Amino acid sequence: MSVGKIFKFHNDLDTDQIIASQYLLLPTIDEMKEHAFESLEPDFAAKVTPGDFVVGGENFGCGSSREQAPGVLKALGVQAVVAKSFARIFYRNAINIGLPVIVCRELPDAVKTGDEMELSLTDGTAMANGKSYSCTRLPAYMQQILSQGGLIASLNEQAH
Amino acid sequence: MGQTIVEKIIARNIGAGSVKPGDIVTTSVDRVMLDDIMIPFIADKFHEMGFSKIWNPHKAVLIYDHLVPSSQLDDIRHYKAGDAFALKYGIEHVHRSDGICHQLMTEAGYVKPGDVVFGTDSHTTTYGCVGAFSTGIGYTEMAAILGTGNLWVKVPETIKIIIDGTLPDNVMSKDVILRIIGDLGADGATYRALEFAGAAVERMSVSSRMTMANMAIEAGAKCAVFTPDEKTAEYCGIVLNDFQRNLIGDKDADYCRILTYHGEDFVPVMACPSQVDKIRKVSELEGLPVDQVFIGSCTNGRLEDLKMAAKVLDGKSVAPFVKLIVTPASRKVYQEAAACGAIKTLVEAGAMVTHPGCGLCCGRAGGILCDGERVVATNNRNFLGRMGTSKVEIYLASPAVAAACAAAGKIVSPI
Repeated sequence: MSVGKIFKFHNDLDTDQIIASQYLLLPTIDEMKEHAFESLEPDFAAKVTPGDFVVGGENFGCGSSREQAPGVLKALGVQAVVAKSFARIFYRNAINIGLPVIVCRELPDAVKTGDEMELSLTDGTAMANGKSYSCTRLPAYMQQILSQGGLIASLNEQAH
Repeated sequence: MGQTIVEKIIARNIGAGSVKPGDIVTTSVDRVMLDDIMIPFIADKFHEMGFSKIWNPHKAVLIYDHLVPSSQLDDIRHYKAGDAFALKYGIEHVHRSDGICHQLMTEAGYVKPGDVVFGTDSHTTTYGCVGAFSTGIGYTEMAAILGTGNLWVKVPETIKIIIDGTLPDNVMSKDVILRIIGDLGADGATYRALEFAGAAVERMSVSSRMTMANMAIEAGAKCAVFTPDEKTAEYCGIVLNDFQRNLIGDKDADYCRILTYHGEDFVPVMACPSQVDKIRKVSELEGLPVDQVFIGSCTNGRLEDLKMAAKVLDGKSVAPFVKLIVTPASRKVYQEAAACGAIKTLVEAGAMVTHPGCGLCCGRAGGILCDGERVVATNNRNFLGRMGTSKVEIYLASPAVAAACAAAGKIVSPI
């Protein structure tokens, strides 16, 4: 996969910060995405470019079950979310919509916003600042869901 | 090898003798809860998947609560999407203004001990109060359940929490679960089940257990369960069958962690801004001025909560410049609180009583706050910006603590 810029966030980053509940009533994910991370980084949507990475600490995506949280990140073109650990519902939702979520214990503490990184989903490695980090490799069936673009595409593929 | 409560529920659901943590199994879903925020997205995904009927419309419950009553024109679009979906696919269990989803799912009898239930809201963990396995999911997976009746789950490891002894009079189950979340940390139970037991838990009402199961997600838990007992049976309006009566964690079950508490050691606590696991004793926070107090939500808007608030505020007034907002968790709770006089006491003290709903708890309506304001609230999350702007300070507390703060105009301990 290609090189992308890092946006770094803290431990226990909750889904209200990714997309606040007052924006959940906007009719489409594309309208919601403009408000991603608004409380923490008001310019996030303007600054992020397709292929960039979101890096978090422990328990990334805790809180609400809102699938719109991984949804807005995918819609903004975020290549993957890399964190030390993920909250359960966010993790499941992300895979289902085709947004790679990668557990990497060491990388988050070694990078800052603006650094660049590169990720190999198949090898389970990440490169940042000239150093290589090992990441948890996704099980084959999750990789398959991701490579087909999410649960719906994957189910449709199986049906044919 | 014995089994935990959750292992027993899942094993029975899939027709297996036993299951173990880490097993990935396909469950047959007993009930689903769809809420008003997510329903348009669920409908879109359901159609995108090409389904033409719901596997069993009787098992689906659609509840309007986050957006009731409407505060923005977009809210009405969600009602219309929900009504159209329910009509087209034959969902008969639709609640348009009866209360908060998690209150209604057990109160209206949709969830029974031993059921496997999913909902499009993270606080779906609540139904563990009656001994069900229940957890929150996203709208794509909900659409898949509606079409197939199935969902895969990984059997979680279980953390057992034993609370023996007796709780002090000024301690409510909210104080208990807040302290446990503080001890576990916001991710201390991620992917795991919490199983509560012990004399103090056995003495609790179903409502008090509901508060604790509701907040399990704040420690990252997949679910939280209590053994069904006679109180559960009465609450659910059933006679427990052998399977339900046996939903007890076996002594030789494989627990990944066991925490033991003594009831007498609990004190009133608060979760401080802006993390639910940032727990402090109320006695250490006394004196901080308060602008608003909120008593309500699926966490603490039940009859016993309103009665406790009324008891604390009986004959007193809400402090000058403080706004007290009270939101019963359901229409039934509202009626019962009116009948027993709790509403009258609260109104006489100066409370604003609103219709049941999620409004303020999710920062959408009915008392949202502004930069620099401090609120003491009985709901379940104090995340940055949750109840207004990101410069609002949210302190989570029990109804007893919240009511005492409303009268004092500052943080104080309940008597």
